[in-house]
Parts: sequence; C-alpha cells; structure tokens
Amino acid sequence: MFNRAFLAAILIAGLTAAAAGCVDSRSQAHAVYVLVDTSGTYANESGKAQLIVNYLLGTLQAGDSLAVARVKSRSFSEKDVVAKVTFDARPTQANAQKRAFRDQVGAFLRTVQGSAYTDITGGLIQGAEFLNETGAGRKTILIFSDMQEDLDKVTVRNFPISLKNIRVVAVNVTKLNTDNIDPRRYLGRLEAWQKRVEAAGASEWKVINDLERLDAIFAKS
Amino acid sequence: MTEMNNWMVWPDNSVLSMLVVLLVAMILLYAARVPMHGLIRVAGHALGGPMRLGARWLATVAQEMKQRNKEVLLAQGRRETGQRVEREFERISILVKRDLHGYPTLQRKLLEEITRVEEDYQKCGEVPPPPPDWVEAVAAVAQIKTGGGEVVQKILEEIRDSIERIHDKAIAEFRRGYHTRHGILEGFMPYWRSLDKTMKQVDTKMVDVQESATAVDAQMEKYQQIVARTDVAESTLANSSFTQFTISLVVLWIALGGAFINFKLIALPMSEMVGAGDYITASLRTSEVAALIIILLEASMGLFLMESLRITHLFPRISNLNDRTRRRMVWISLVLLVTLAGIEAALALMRDMLIADKQALLQSLVTAPAAASGEGWIARIPTAGQMILGFILPFALAFVAIPLESFIHSSRTVCGVLAVDFVHVLGFVLRVLGILVRLASRALLHVYDLLIVLPLVAEQLVKSARGREPSVKASPLDATDKSASPF
Repeated sequence: MFNRAFLAAILIAGLTAAAAGCVDSRSQAHAVYVLVDTSGTYANESGKAQLIVNYLLGTLQAGDSLAVARVKSRSFSEKDVVAKVTFDARPTQANAQKRAFRDQVGAFLRTVQGSAYTDITGGLIQGAEFLNETGAGRKTILIFSDMQEDLDKVTVRNFPISLKNIRVVAVNVTKLNTDNIDPRRYLGRLEAWQKRVEAAGASEWKVINDLERLDAIFAKS
Repeated sequence: MTEMNNWMVWPDNSVLSMLVVLLVAMILLYAARVPMHGLIRVAGHALGGPMRLGARWLATVAQEMKQRNKEVLLAQGRRETGQRVEREFERISILVKRDLHGYPTLQRKLLEEITRVEEDYQKCGEVPPPPPDWVEAVAAVAQIKTGGGEVVQKILEEIRDSIERIHDKAIAEFRRGYHTRHGILEGFMPYWRSLDKTMKQVDTKMVDVQESATAVDAQMEKYQQIVARTDVAESTLANSSFTQFTISLVVLWIALGGAFINFKLIALPMSEMVGAGDYITASLRTSEVAALIIILLEASMGLFLMESLRITHLFPRISNLNDRTRRRMVWISLVLLVTLAGIEAALALMRDMLIADKQALLQSLVTAPAAASGEGWIARIPTAGQMILGFILPFALAFVAIPLESFIHSSRTVCGVLAVDFVHVLGFVLRVLGILVRLASRALLHVYDLLIVLPLVAEQLVKSARGREPSVKASPLDATDKSASPF
C-alpha cells in the first residue's frame, strides 16, 4: 500500500510538471502600448495621460508589459518610446519597477513639447511591433489623442496596416473647434478610425472619453 | 392535397372510401390474427423474460454483496474489538504492574502492623490488678491491735509508710507503663492513618481493575457476538460505521475549511517564490498550485507522523516497521512538519508585507492623501495573527489523518450498504418493468381483437349457425388464449 501511495504521489508530481511545461506562461500575460499625442494643442492634455498610466500601473500584474510612446510628426521610431517595461515575476520587484516607470513617464510629461504634425498611424505600427514582440496573450493599444491625424507631405501612411488580435482603445478623444461647428466631423472621424482599425484585423475598437471610467479599458464589450 | 387523397377509392366520397379501407384492413388483420397474437406474445416474453431474469440475477447479486459486506464488516469489527480487548488487557496489565505489584507483601505487612497495634492497644487497655498478697498483708497489718504500745505503733507506722512508698512506687510504675503504651499508641496513629489511606488507594485501584475487567467483559461479549455472526452484531457494527462516516465527513469538511484558509494565507506570497506570471492553465497560476502542493505536503507529513506514532493504521508497512526505524520516521516527519510550519509562518509575514507594499504603491499612484496608517502594536496584531495561524494550521492539518482513516474504513461499509440498496432498487424496477411488459402484451392482444371485432363476431355467428362446436359457442373470446399460438 505504501508503494502504491508513493507511486501515486510521483505520478501527480510528474503530471503537474508536464502540465507546467506545456503551458506558455506568456500567453496569459497582458501587454499595453500607450500612445500619447503631443501635437499641437493636444499637448496641453498630457497631464491626463499620467492618470491613465497610473491606472495601468495599478492594474497590470507581474509578468505584464507596458510601454508609453509619444505621437509626433513621425512616430514610427523606437526613439519615440518614452518608457517600456516587462514587470518582474516577483511582486515586490514588479512594484519597484512600477514606481520607477511612474517617475520616468512623469518626468517626460512635465517636459513635453508640442509637435507640428500628428502621425497616429506610425505610432500604431510601432505599437503593434512592440506588442507582437512581447508574445503576450492579450495586447492593447491605448491612443491618448483627439484622433486627428495630420501628416506632412513627405510622410506616407496610406497603406493597409496589421493590428491582428490587438485591442485598440481611444482615450480622451477631445472635440476640435470644427467638431463643435459640425459634430458629424467628429463622429465621422471616429467611424473612419474604427473602419481602418477593424480592417487592420484588430480584435476590438473602443472609445473612452470619461476618465472616471478607466476600468472599461480592459472590460470586454 | 392530391397526394393526401391517393388512398381514397372514391375521391369524391371520403366516407365511403374510408369505410372500404377500414373493411379491407379489418379483413387483413383478421386473417393475420393468429400469427400476430403469437408475435405479440413472443415480443412480450422476449422483453419481459430477460427483465425478470435480470431482476432475479440482481436479487442474487444483492444477496451476495450483502453477504460479502457482512463478512467484511464482521472481520473489521472483529479486528477492532480484538484491538480494544488487547488495549484493555494492556491497561489492566499496566495497572496491576504499577499499583498492585507489591500488594501481597504490603498486605502482609499491613496485617502484621495491625496485629501489633491491636495487641498494644489491648495491653494499654488492661488495668493491672492489685497484688492479692499485698491486700491480705495490708488487711492483716490493719487488724493488728496496737494496744497502745509505742513500739507496735511505730512498727505499724513504718510498715504503713513502707507500704505507701511501695504503693506509690507501684502506682508510678503503673502510670509510667500506661504513659509508655500511650506513647507507643500515639506513635502508631499517623502510621495507622497512612495504612488506612494506603488501603483506600488500593481499594480504588482494585475498583479501576474491576471496571476495566467489566469493560473487557463487554468487549468480549461483543466479540463473541461477532464471532457468532449474529444479526445484532452486524446491525450494531453497520450503525457504528454510519455514525463514524458522518462524523468523519463533518470533521473532514472542517479540515477542508482550514486548508482553504491556509491556502489563502500562502498563495499570494508563493508568487514571490515561484513567480506570479506563470500559469498552468488559463486561470490557474503556478504559485497557487505550489501553495496547494505545500498544503498537501503538510497533510502527508501529518499522515506519516500519525502512522509512525501508530495512531492511524492506513499504511501497514509503517506500522510493521521496527521500533527504531519507526522512531526515526517520527522524528523525520516531525522535523519536516515543523520546517513547513516555519515556512508558512514566514510566508504569512511576507503576505502582509506584499499587501502593504501594494497599498503604498496604489496610494502613490492615485496621488491622493495617504490614509493614516495604524502604527504601533495594534497594527501588528493582524501580522502576528497571520504568522501564528500559518504556524499552527499545518499541525492542525496533521490531525486530519485520524478522521481520514475513519472515513476510509467506514466508507467501505457505507458504500457497500448503499450499493446493495441500489442493486435492490434496480432489481425491483426491472421486475416491475417485466410485469408491465407482460401486461402490455396482453392488453395489446385485446386491442388487436377490438380492431377486428366485426370479423370475430361474424366468425362466432357462423360457428353458432353451423352448430359444429357447441362448447366453442358458449366460450367467450379470449385474446390471451395461448392455445391459439402458432408456436
């Protein structure tokens, strides 16, 4: 009977080890890429971006990834990534990383300067690259912008992009003066972005303007 | 619509068409009556027969299972009662060795002392009679007449003085003797009381032995009943098993609650050791599994400890180990259990630290004024409580082995009884179904004859008119008549 019990214990341990080996731990991780628009008048809104980053830092767990990048005249560049981190598996280390990340982003947002143009598409492509590289199971791009893309004549962005299996959430999409004159411009702008994002293979498109409801960022619609 | 009317012989007259079809069907059914009756009977037998057979077989199986359960139950009861009798004998043996080992010597000594005390007491109680010679001498001297002679008077006075001195001396000796005896007696008093106390103790111990002997008698009577395989013994053992099963189940549930609290205590800090980002399944973290494994390890160590201490007997191999190896196993299990308990206490402390760190981070993130954190010893109470709980719970879990053993042993009986009941119910259902099938086949025969009632009446009329078979004429139509069977 003792031998049988011992064998059963070994069997259970073996099965557990096998199960642990079979599951990809990254598949359960969450990666978030935050695009902060620093162009024109929207640069004044950058203070609110800190709120969103803080919310993300409080919500993301050990093993998750977070990156903050700026949107400027041309955003398809690693140089535009302000801060990025993959949180350590140990909660204490992860908390220390979160504090450092908060300080890093805070320093950037305090000294941010407005850019002449707004390259949201470039930021999306860069964000998709980053998220795919993390290998996370859930990938989200947060766009902190008025969603008004404004490119110079040289920059080319009118081609299909790939956002496969990535959730795209537009946060704090402020209304422009022209939107106030004709709200259809605002609605049309959002609709156009939705179509483009969905055509790119994104798993979800969402707009959150109320910063008191940030929990909707990760809520499934 | 046209397709639906295809069966009509006269499409314009549905009633007539229906009548014709019915008539044709009736004739055909009448023609097929005998084979159809046979078919229905065979079908009834084919379905009902196996069901009855199955019911009988299940009844036999239930009986065999019951017999087997009885064998197991009685064997288990015999073993347990035998162990109890052995234990009672061991108790009596220890009692006799410890308390009554020197009882004969003690008794003899006691009796001697008592005799001595009694003799001394009797001696002390004796009043020594005055020597008769003296009395006579004194009486003789008293009768001497002085006659006024001085010499005689002087002699008499001297004799009197001498006698008084001797008398005083005798009295003094007598009193001294009394005093000495009283002293001896007084000296015996504490010893006497001690003897009395010892005797009472011996008496109490004898009562204990007597009670143990009564318990042994009761167990032996139970054992004899079990050996005699009486129904009373079986019923008593089964009831006992059900009670044990219920109690152990309740205790196991309570232990499960304890294990859950234990799990909650160490699941979070385990993420610090094995990482919080690893998952075994979509919703099961590795840290949670690790915490569960630690709890199971503690329970296992507790089980081995109980086995090594021979409190439980789930693993005969451990019980049969020699004393030296068994003692080693006790120490190893205990050390591992204490180590695991220490780890748990440390994890409980770490849990508190992690929660505090997380709270501090969240407060710094919301940039709200931090709530006044409770400083001092009051704030440390939960931490200390968690640590103590983390240290105690593994030892509490170790005792799960006892109800677990009861549960395993009693579940054999309980499951056996329930299985027998289930087989009985199954057999009953099969039997009822078999009867229903047979009745249904008979009813079907009647329904069949009801459908062809007109040809049957015609047949009766024809037979009556011919007058060939008068007996048949009188007999009613019986659809269940087996003589009509083609087989």
